[in-house]
Amino acid sequence: MRHFLILLRRDLSLLLGGERRGATLLPVLFFLAVAMLYPFAVGPDAPVLARTGGGVLWIAALLAAILPLDRLVEPDLELGLFDQLALRGISEELAMTARMVAHWLSFAPALLLAALPASALVGTDVATLKTVELGLLAGTPGLAALGVLVAALTASLRGGAALGGLLVIPLAVPLLVFGAGSLSTGGEAGIALTAAFSLVLVAITPFAAAAAIRSARG
Amino acid sequence: MQACRLTANNLACQRGERLLFRGLGLELTSGQGLQVKGANGIGKSSLIRILAGLLRPLVGTVEREGSIGLLDERPALDPGLPLGQALVFWQRLDGPGDAELAQLGLSGLLEVPVRYLSTGQKKRAALARLLGQEAPIWLLDEPLNGLDAKGVALVEALVAQHCAQGGIALVASHQPIALPGGAAIDLADFTA
Repeated sequence: MRHFLILLRRDLSLLLGGERRGATLLPVLFFLAVAMLYPFAVGPDAPVLARTGGGVLWIAALLAAILPLDRLVEPDLELGLFDQLALRGISEELAMTARMVAHWLSFAPALLLAALPASALVGTDVATLKTVELGLLAGTPGLAALGVLVAALTASLRGGAALGGLLVIPLAVPLLVFGAGSLSTGGEAGIALTAAFSLVLVAITPFAAAAAIRSARG
Repeated sequence: MQACRLTANNLACQRGERLLFRGLGLELTSGQGLQVKGANGIGKSSLIRILAGLLRPLVGTVEREGSIGLLDERPALDPGLPLGQALVFWQRLDGPGDAELAQLGLSGLLEVPVRYLSTGQKKRAALARLLGQEAPIWLLDEPLNGLDAKGVALVEALVAQHCAQGGIALVASHQPIALPGGAAIDLADFTA
């Protein structure tokens, strides 16, 4: 547990600040930019915007979560960090769990906050906003897990970042289907399914990502 | 320092299609140093990684008593952080070590981001991390790369001190390095 907290502290400070200051804000600004551009593209038809706005927020959130993918695992693999941790008896599973939690903390709370002005921009009503917020709360852990998983899988590949983005999108489809689907049914069932899929990803990722890192050692 | 031992039996290593070495055995106990010599690409780094448990040998076994400290070409220090902070992360994991930053010539560099350090300075910083770990078994992969004459003397002194305290030091280097006891093996004797 002590090791976990030390790792979490490091990962979080690297993802949030340090040399990459401002990079955290980037997914959130990206998310807001999509919400801002959407009415321009679709036109000022309030009912259409209100009906489709929730879904657009979901797509924006998904894409925003992909942005930091290239700096999630690859830099540390090159640094030899995981080798040094392994020599100290700290498993890759623990390191990846810390990374997953840090990744979620670095983008999800800010995204949930940004969803408030974003929903105003696309003109969704309060009930829809509530469903979007709950859905994102249920879905973002899955997005964070997926991000770490794919980042670990592609870390040892050349040009892995671009491939990583492409890999995340199809794998995130269930989250999107259930999460955005909960908007049309207005219901808890969709959110519960989103949460369930999120949980599966969160449960698998530490082991799959750790295996990917060990195999990258080759 | 507690008693430590590093034993390898009949190691063989394959990378891709190539068999790098075979039939390699060694036994090191407290206080012993060993240099592994050999040309570039002969498998020195692979041997170090096998001994560290990071790479699986094709055949053979490795037994370790005591924890491993590894120094290779990657310093494992965050390039964006000032050196002091980058070292603090390892101090948190390893506990307060006895790394004397002044002795390593680093005391003036603690505020400098790791990415701005020269090759030799990075090597010294990695040595600080290694010292702080207080591991009895040292595996050093080309520790002299990028170091000036003073740095070379420093590494030799640190290794001598480590062995005098009952540690093991295995140094893979193509350059001459003075080790306590002066034992050396040449990987060319084990090539397939």
